[in-house]
Amino acid sequence: MAQPVLLQLRINGASHHVAAPSHWTLLEVLRYELDMIGTKQGCDKGDCGACTVQVDGHPVLSCLTLACQVNGRAVQTVEGLGFASSSGCHPLQDAFDRYDAAQCGFCTPGILMSAHAMIARLGRPVTREEAKEGIAGNLCRCTGYTKIIDAIVDASERIYCETTTTTEVTHG
Amino acid sequence: MADRDTNEDGAAADGGAVKDEATMPREPWQIGATHRKVDAMERMRGVTRYTDDLKLPGLLHCKIKRSLHAHANIVSIDASKAMAMHGVFGVVTGKDFPVPYGVIPWTPDENALCVEKVCHVGDGIAAVAAVDEDTANAAVEAIEVEYEVLPAYYDPQDALAEDAVSINPWSRKGNNLSKDVVLEFGDPDAAIEGADVVVEGDYHFEGTTHAAIEPHCAVASMEPGTGVLTVWSATQVSHYLHRELAKVLEIPAHRIRVIQPPLGGAFGGKSEPFDLEFCVAKLSMMTGRPVKCLYTREEVFYSHRGRHPMKMNYKTGFTHDGKITGVASRTFLDGGAYSSFGLVTTYYSGQLLCAPYDFPAYRFHSTRAYTNKPACGPKRGHGSVQPRFAMEIQLDKAAEQLGLDPIELRRRNHIGSDRATINGLMVGSNGFLECLESVERRSEWKTRRSSLGYGRGLGIAGSTYISGTNYPIYPNEMPQAAVQICLDRSGRARVFSGANDIGQGSNTMLAVITSEEIGLPLEDIRVLSADSDLCPVDLGAYSSRITLMVGNACLDAAKKLRRKVCTSVAKRWEIPRKRVTLAGRRAIDIEDPDRNVPLAEAFQWAETDYGLLGETGNYNTPKDRHGSYRGGTIGASPAYSFTAHLAEVDVDDETGVVSVERIWCAHDCGRALSRKIVEGQIEGSSYMGFGEAIMEEHLVDADHGGVHAGPNLLDYRIPTALDTPDIEAIIVEAPDAQGPYGAKEAGEGPLHSSIPAIANAIYDAVGVRLDRLPFSPPRVLTAIEERKAREAAGEHAPHKRRGDDEKRSA
Repeated sequence: MAQPVLLQLRINGASHHVAAPSHWTLLEVLRYELDMIGTKQGCDKGDCGACTVQVDGHPVLSCLTLACQVNGRAVQTVEGLGFASSSGCHPLQDAFDRYDAAQCGFCTPGILMSAHAMIARLGRPVTREEAKEGIAGNLCRCTGYTKIIDAIVDASERIYCETTTTTEVTHG
Repeated sequence: MADRDTNEDGAAADGGAVKDEATMPREPWQIGATHRKVDAMERMRGVTRYTDDLKLPGLLHCKIKRSLHAHANIVSIDASKAMAMHGVFGVVTGKDFPVPYGVIPWTPDENALCVEKVCHVGDGIAAVAAVDEDTANAAVEAIEVEYEVLPAYYDPQDALAEDAVSINPWSRKGNNLSKDVVLEFGDPDAAIEGADVVVEGDYHFEGTTHAAIEPHCAVASMEPGTGVLTVWSATQVSHYLHRELAKVLEIPAHRIRVIQPPLGGAFGGKSEPFDLEFCVAKLSMMTGRPVKCLYTREEVFYSHRGRHPMKMNYKTGFTHDGKITGVASRTFLDGGAYSSFGLVTTYYSGQLLCAPYDFPAYRFHSTRAYTNKPACGPKRGHGSVQPRFAMEIQLDKAAEQLGLDPIELRRRNHIGSDRATINGLMVGSNGFLECLESVERRSEWKTRRSSLGYGRGLGIAGSTYISGTNYPIYPNEMPQAAVQICLDRSGRARVFSGANDIGQGSNTMLAVITSEEIGLPLEDIRVLSADSDLCPVDLGAYSSRITLMVGNACLDAAKKLRRKVCTSVAKRWEIPRKRVTLAGRRAIDIEDPDRNVPLAEAFQWAETDYGLLGETGNYNTPKDRHGSYRGGTIGASPAYSFTAHLAEVDVDDETGVVSVERIWCAHDCGRALSRKIVEGQIEGSSYMGFGEAIMEEHLVDADHGGVHAGPNLLDYRIPTALDTPDIEAIIVEAPDAQGPYGAKEAGEGPLHSSIPAIANAIYDAVGVRLDRLPFSPPRVLTAIEERKAREAAGEHAPHKRRGDDEKRSA
């Protein structure tokens, strides 16, 4: 096995010192070294998008990114998404919950990270077409995407237009 | 199903003033609402532990050595170099698993690892447990296998040739016939011969795979102290896995605990045991350490068990006014190397076609052959999606020949409710006409179909599906589903169920039913599922059985508890029990709603009166709803769902690219227990059918030794958000007496008609029939060019005024 290299990763605002083999991907370091299991491995080839995280605010596939490439850069994972919010969950997560936009939920962390980056980049409520483009690199096999798109559009409206009214759903 | 409340106890207190609940149902407070799922938020926060997220002290990693040949005898296996490697703790081969298994008890025809021969590329030969994945991979490479290569067969009819070498080592017949079914009802030959119009067509569905985003994964841990083997697996059939583990490992079932952690999608692809579960279990027993195996995406493709390729010939007779006189089909199923669910698939390829249309004569002859490909099995809409594709195009062809509106033709053949199909299956409620009417209206079919120009088209198709099967996979007369519910003095309910939540939301379904009856909000209800040490047996997530069967069992248990709680409250308030209702976390006097108590207090009263508040609920299927012929039980279900799809397409006649613009799908689910979840099932099914229609094809490359044509999600394309059409899910409710609150299935039915609706829309757009899937650009373009050549030769009028449009644009 290759000699481990010492990396300094900034993940969700916290600093981590990790010794990992130089050929390890960011996905492997997150899951195996840091036990951050929120980031999922679906194909390990860059095809499915389940492992999407953000590096310096841009969505990247952590299975195709060597951990040493992100040394010293800011990484955000799904575990950090609702961290700053008083409710403990991000408006996107809340919208996905209200719309039942996650069925098995395995692709969801990656989709949330892609959608979050897109909404932040556009800085305004997004259209359905923009939402589709924003998650075009993330495969979902359960939902047919309809409720995911609904949730992304709704969340972007809530983030940028506090006054927008949307249909409340009962919380049993 | 549980009896409705009657007056066997507390009759004196009830009096006659309040009507029985059976005749005066109270207003539902949860059924039909929308809900946040009980386990969704933790998934979105990234804290849910799927199988691959489990990490145990001392965990070893397992990798499986796989065949590079499609068909070969194993001459020798030498694992000595692998065993000698630093970090390798154990190696197993087929000799460690001499007992064959199969999810269908009549066809145990595979071993956990190959014993004497390999039957397809990717067949498992040996497995290693090592300190990490890199070491395990290196050890797999170091295992030396000597083969004697045999001729391989990739087509069912080639495999059935008399001189073909037998593929499956356990095949009792000694040839490559896996299953042959001929069933005839009435006199189809005479019915078709005497018809005014006969439509005959050949259809080819090459088959598709599930492609759940979570790869298969299993972890096993043998506890040396207790002797209990725990297996965590990404399975949708914990109970069948449990049974087969006991059989193959030759240890008693009570020494095995099977747990299904939260699952990342299945669609039928995780509905039987796989080699990895046996391998991690055996390796943990050998090494005394926990062992994990995670399939690579390539292994997921080679494990397959997906939709069978089918070559189908259909003959259908019609009267002048569009009534079907008879149907006859001849089908060859490509089964791959093992049986899997193939016995059932072979029956389903004919049995599930006898609704929503009524016809008086029917024959199907289906033959499943073994081939040297990854085994086929059940995928969403098991066995009936392929024949539905053929049947619905047949109807479209007939409508055109008869000059009838295709929706009207379907309407005229509607089978109706509460009657038996030609093959003896008992249809209960039936909302098919409303499904047709909904999509017809929403799409503005009547006005738009006639006005859309060349290249643009609308297509219709209908279908039906089962809500579970009346007979379980292994014969027994025990309940098909059982649920335990426990209320406690803190004011909470725990629901214990063996059912596998695979993302379809069955845990939430159980919480909704419990909530409806007990009056607790969903967040006060904990659903504990799919752990064989904690939960009653359930048969699993397949055949769309859970909502109807497990829902009924849950309703049974919940009603018993409701009765106890209401009785205790009524006693303290000195009113009849039926004046008490439970809702909104309170027990309430219906006639004086200001009198109410928190449910926690009501539960304490009931626990005082009755002791610990636990009840079991059971459900068993009716056994009188099928024909009495051999095979007549297969396809028999307590209730049938109905679907109509209407697709709008845009076809580019220069490139052959089909763009599906919109799909309207109306589905009769009996009663929607939780609306957004039902919509999600309709949308997901329609999407999956769309993918199969336009881009998916599970191909094995015969020219390259039987390797998979592209075992990854780039070559095996599944639709992205940009590919997927807008899908309008329409819930139709024809409540069925067999279902909980009338509910039927919603998870599989809405896939079937998606595919032929698109095929029929393409015909409407450009005038070409596509009888082979998928409708890829080369295939569509070839068909369009052939059509244009025939038009040029004067054999056809130009389709939909094509010439006029071209003149206008010129």
